[in-house]
Amino acid sequence: MTTPPSSRRSRRELLVGAAGSLLAGAVAQACKPKRQSGISVGLYCSLTGAQADFGISTRNGATLAFEEINRAGGLLGQQLRLVAEDTRGESNEATSAVTRLIDREGVVAVIGEIASTLSLAGGRVCQRKRIPMVSPSSTNPAVTQVGDYIFRVCFIDPFQGDVMARFARTDLHFDRVALFRDQASAYSMGLADAFRDAFVRVGGTVVDDQSYRSGDTHFSAQITSMLGHQPQAIFVPGYYTEVALIAREARGAGFTGKFLGGDGWSGPSLTQNDDDKLVGDFFSDAFAPEGAEAPVARSFLDRYRARFHTDPNGLAALGYDAALVLFDAIRRAGSAEPARIRAALASTRDVQGATGAITLNAQRDAVKSAVILEVTSSGTRFHKTVNP
Amino acid sequence: MTAAAAARPRPLSERVLPAVVALLALPPALMVLKGAIANPVTFARNLVEGVSLGGVYALVALGYTMVYGVLGLINFAHSDVFMVGAYAGIYAAAWFGVTATSAGQSSPGIALACFAAAMIACAVLGMFVERFAYRPVRNAPKLTPLVTAIGVSMLIQNVSMLVFSSTPRGFPPVIRSSTVSLGPVAVTNIKLMNLGAALALMVALTFLVQRTRVGRAMRAISTNLDAARLMGVHTDRVIAITFGLGSALAGAGGILFGLDQPKIDPLSGVQPGLKAFVAAVLGGIGNIPGAMLGGLLIGMVEQLASAYLSSSFAPAIVFSILVVVLLVRPQGLLGRVTREKV
Repeated sequence: MTTPPSSRRSRRELLVGAAGSLLAGAVAQACKPKRQSGISVGLYCSLTGAQADFGISTRNGATLAFEEINRAGGLLGQQLRLVAEDTRGESNEATSAVTRLIDREGVVAVIGEIASTLSLAGGRVCQRKRIPMVSPSSTNPAVTQVGDYIFRVCFIDPFQGDVMARFARTDLHFDRVALFRDQASAYSMGLADAFRDAFVRVGGTVVDDQSYRSGDTHFSAQITSMLGHQPQAIFVPGYYTEVALIAREARGAGFTGKFLGGDGWSGPSLTQNDDDKLVGDFFSDAFAPEGAEAPVARSFLDRYRARFHTDPNGLAALGYDAALVLFDAIRRAGSAEPARIRAALASTRDVQGATGAITLNAQRDAVKSAVILEVTSSGTRFHKTVNP
Repeated sequence: MTAAAAARPRPLSERVLPAVVALLALPPALMVLKGAIANPVTFARNLVEGVSLGGVYALVALGYTMVYGVLGLINFAHSDVFMVGAYAGIYAAAWFGVTATSAGQSSPGIALACFAAAMIACAVLGMFVERFAYRPVRNAPKLTPLVTAIGVSMLIQNVSMLVFSSTPRGFPPVIRSSTVSLGPVAVTNIKLMNLGAALALMVALTFLVQRTRVGRAMRAISTNLDAARLMGVHTDRVIAITFGLGSALAGAGGILFGLDQPKIDPLSGVQPGLKAFVAAVLGGIGNIPGAMLGGLLIGMVEQLASAYLSSSFAPAIVFSILVVVLLVRPQGLLGRVTREKV
């Protein structure tokens, strides 16, 4: 006996309908923020890719802060949860990482990114969704101009460029410097401009201004051109992966002057590729273990070493400080509502962090001192502190 | 070209196009000339760098051209085989205790072992891909193997991300880098060695194709696969050998590339691979001396363009060569219209 056609069709429709509603349910389930106990805070940073050093250091710093606050009983009587998402160093990944943190994990605030280009991408999402974001270490001024929900706990590039320009002019007595900037990075472009303006202001000459793109591995044409102008130093405001390759290529081409750079050099991989191509060169950063004098900084240093068995760099210290500033805001807001956290963040005063006292100004930026580090064969050595 | 085609007046576009291209190429050429006159030493350095870079492109271009020669297939996975070669070198060196982080202990012996490991690994990978991805679709319409090649390329890239992770690795310094002065021009020993190794491999390949039985079989297949089979050529075996050889050259290219630009990640084959492909087309795809010439020219163009025009335009200029070649002289510099392949 065969089933009548009509009944068969209706059964199939029923099946399709059931499957459809199941699917819709599953999708709705996936889209709905998870209801987790405690307060969730997101972290987006590059845990893999060409800037993995940045994300890993930052995550270590933030993790330390979260573990400490939870051990001390959490905030508002609740435990805190740090949810990390990888951006792989790509801006479209940054956008989707932030979206995922907000929509799926239901975070009340976001920490990240390190690279300014990615912070600009992620910041736009945070601003649109009205979730406060604290960038630990994006130094390009445009990052916090995205909107009133975006904050940072580090100095900005006009200051950093000025520090390195004065250092090159007055401490190293250079008057001929070449610039080598990363065209694909907002950070590098901004810092190169800041350095150029400051260096010219203090009486130096920028003899050449060449560019590359992050991800490039071949720089000989630009280096050949720069060396033709016989600079005493080359300022490379890039990220460590390319900086190491550039230095290697330039040393091979016979360059014997200094390399100078910014906090994008920060990371253990800078000096990884055997030779001593960068030894004796200088860059500016936010924190140096040897420069840590304040008690908060000293105790951060000890606990970080005990937890991760390595010295923290500037990015780790800033990751820690971003978390501290956020905790302070949640505590003062007395609530985990994103809008109230934002309001409290805007009035951040004198939070004692690993990198110094943090006060956020009307532009939602921190005004902080910088340290100048010298590259050694095994890492870095503290050279001096420069106050704003 | 048949007599009828020759008699037909050539269309206007064919006569005007070369003139337009020449006119467009004039300003950049003048800029390079101006720079060369202003600073001859810098220009000489750029030439040495460009030739060294071109040697690596030529090695990779040979793989494209050989496979195209015998099968008429553009093997897009070739650039990823190149990347796997660089990783094979990293692992081989690590086996001998040389890693990117370790200082000291580098010897020519370890360098040779890296080359051998990379060439063998790539040859095996190339033959594997041929056997399981291309052979089943060999007789399918032309588009099918092409799409398969793109798929294989993505597969290798993504598996590499899983296996090697997407964080870039430094290439082990199996050869100590030092600066060599050629008169007023300072270059690293690695660049000179790269050029030497590339030329040596190209000579070896030419010998193999022109003077050995396998080479003769390859040439026979490139002329007519079916006829070659009817004459008793083991076509499957010879095609596999062709893939193996081309991939081995890509592996060697991967090592040379890694020594010169020591940052390897799962996508680092893409850009050099595309440029090598342009080199193969420029030289006349399917033509071995053409691939060598094309590689050297592309290396030179890339270097001069980034030195005297703009480093961010250099890739655009390289790829516009592809467009120009396809428009003006699709058979390439050394190719003939009725092509003798391989």
